[in-house]
Amino acid sequence: MFAIFYLLPVYVLLATSFKSFAEVSLKDMWKLPQNISLDSFKIAWRGDTSKGVTGLSKNFMNSIYLVIPATLISSLLGSMNGYVFSKWKFKFSNTVLALIIFGMFIPYQSVLIPMVVVLQKIGLYGSIPGLIFIHCVYGIPITTLIFRNYYSTVPTELLEAAKIDGGGFLRIYKDIMLPISMPGFAVVMIWQFTSIWNDFLFGLVVAQKPSIQPITVALNNLAGSYFVEWNIQMAGALITAVPPLLLYIFLGRYFMRGLLAGSLSGI
Amino acid sequence: MKKTKEEKILTFLFILPSVILIAVFVYGFIGWTGWISLTNWKDVVPDFTFVGFRNYIDLFHNLRFQIGLKNILVFTVLFLVVSIAIGLFLAILLDRKVRFENVFRSIYLFPMAISFIVTGVVWRWMLNPGTATTGSLGINMLLDKIGLGFLKSGWYTDPNVGIKAVVIPAVWQMSGYVMAMYLAGIRGIPQELSEAAQVDGASNWQVYRYIILPLLQPITLGAVIILTHISLKIFDLVVAMTGAGIGFSCDVPALFMYDTTFRGNFFAQGAAIATILLIFVAILIIPYLRHGLREGS
Repeated sequence: MFAIFYLLPVYVLLATSFKSFAEVSLKDMWKLPQNISLDSFKIAWRGDTSKGVTGLSKNFMNSIYLVIPATLISSLLGSMNGYVFSKWKFKFSNTVLALIIFGMFIPYQSVLIPMVVVLQKIGLYGSIPGLIFIHCVYGIPITTLIFRNYYSTVPTELLEAAKIDGGGFLRIYKDIMLPISMPGFAVVMIWQFTSIWNDFLFGLVVAQKPSIQPITVALNNLAGSYFVEWNIQMAGALITAVPPLLLYIFLGRYFMRGLLAGSLSGI
Repeated sequence: MKKTKEEKILTFLFILPSVILIAVFVYGFIGWTGWISLTNWKDVVPDFTFVGFRNYIDLFHNLRFQIGLKNILVFTVLFLVVSIAIGLFLAILLDRKVRFENVFRSIYLFPMAISFIVTGVVWRWMLNPGTATTGSLGINMLLDKIGLGFLKSGWYTDPNVGIKAVVIPAVWQMSGYVMAMYLAGIRGIPQELSEAAQVDGASNWQVYRYIILPLLQPITLGAVIILTHISLKIFDLVVAMTGAGIGFSCDVPALFMYDTTFRGNFFAQGAAIATILLIFVAILIIPYLRHGLREGS
């Protein structure tokens, strides 16, 4: 029963977006398409000037260019921090950690105005590198938390043994921690990819020009114009949802662990 | 671990970039925003004349802000109660070793992977009540077909429903998350406990009521805190689905902040709303964070 509630929007999404224009009629919105048609996807992707639709293809690529470097950099920073906060604690290190983690809960509205001012000053406002930078910074709290919890499960004896063998801070990180970090990186990178891909607020505020907007912002614009047909909107929504859904389908186990880490249950 | 001097330096070098970035972009910016909220900046050109708490006082007299606060309260309560009820129910259901557990779990959780914008766009279509010329559309049409026409509603287009209609997609997206938290919690309870109770003659229901539910209290607390902080910040979903709505019936403070700051150029007022939001979230999160980290160390 409950599964129906969860699947209903998927049904509508698929049933509407695969209909051809000839078949679209408001009365039949719950009916399955008679013939599978990709017309809506073509228009949502490429755009159609006669219908006043700007295609999402450019924005899809913007999101790709933005999400990959931002995910990699924030994951690496998180791994370095997690290593220190789990294995090389110092005086007040838990306080510093708490101050970092608090950053993932703040309403981003409370940093938006200074962010725009600073990005304009350093010439990154309205650019994809600017967005990458912002996502790296605000990704640090969650990546640090997940890696800190992940590395806490590595027995300290292992590190002490490595020290006796003459391994130092960097050698232990490179030769012991990094090689066993792959599951941790999988969790963190899936989490970061999904949340950066799905971000709307930063994209909306930092990227004013349509040509550099990420896909979520472009989809909202597409859906916001009243003359765009529903089947094009649904096709656009599906295009936007596909990359994180693919990750979810193929790497769901890691996705779930990221979710639970995000709920702080690991602290 | 014992550290040499070199290792001490390396420890700090490792976290230095992140610490500087967080110090500036989180705490520095929060302070900066707080300061802007005390100024007279209400134009494209900054005006840093100090006006004290005037922006805050004005805000609490502002009709849009009052409605937004009331809406976010209604939204948070409904969203919390329904998500937790459904999440707990689904977790107990799945814990009963149903067939295809993995399939069901995936179905309940997949909305979490999707952007609030996609959710908003799809649900706006589904909750579109239609007009006189089109007749009922979406969910309303479905309700008509299955004979539940009396449940039809104007949803987000009806000022009396307004923000409550946004609760539906929010629950759709987040209740699977609550289920995952509860399921992990239930699975973490040693089997022997409920088995022992069953040996003593407890029914299934009694096992849940007197053994499992009390042990899940920390999870409920965690879910309340996570959901409330998401709810207080809700923005994307409202933008994609409804906007502020008729008579601000769907408006929330985060949306008001965006509009007044980046469309109206009332930077000081926007900063004041942002600061109020931050204070709400801080009241909620800081005790939880302190508690969590103390237990962990």
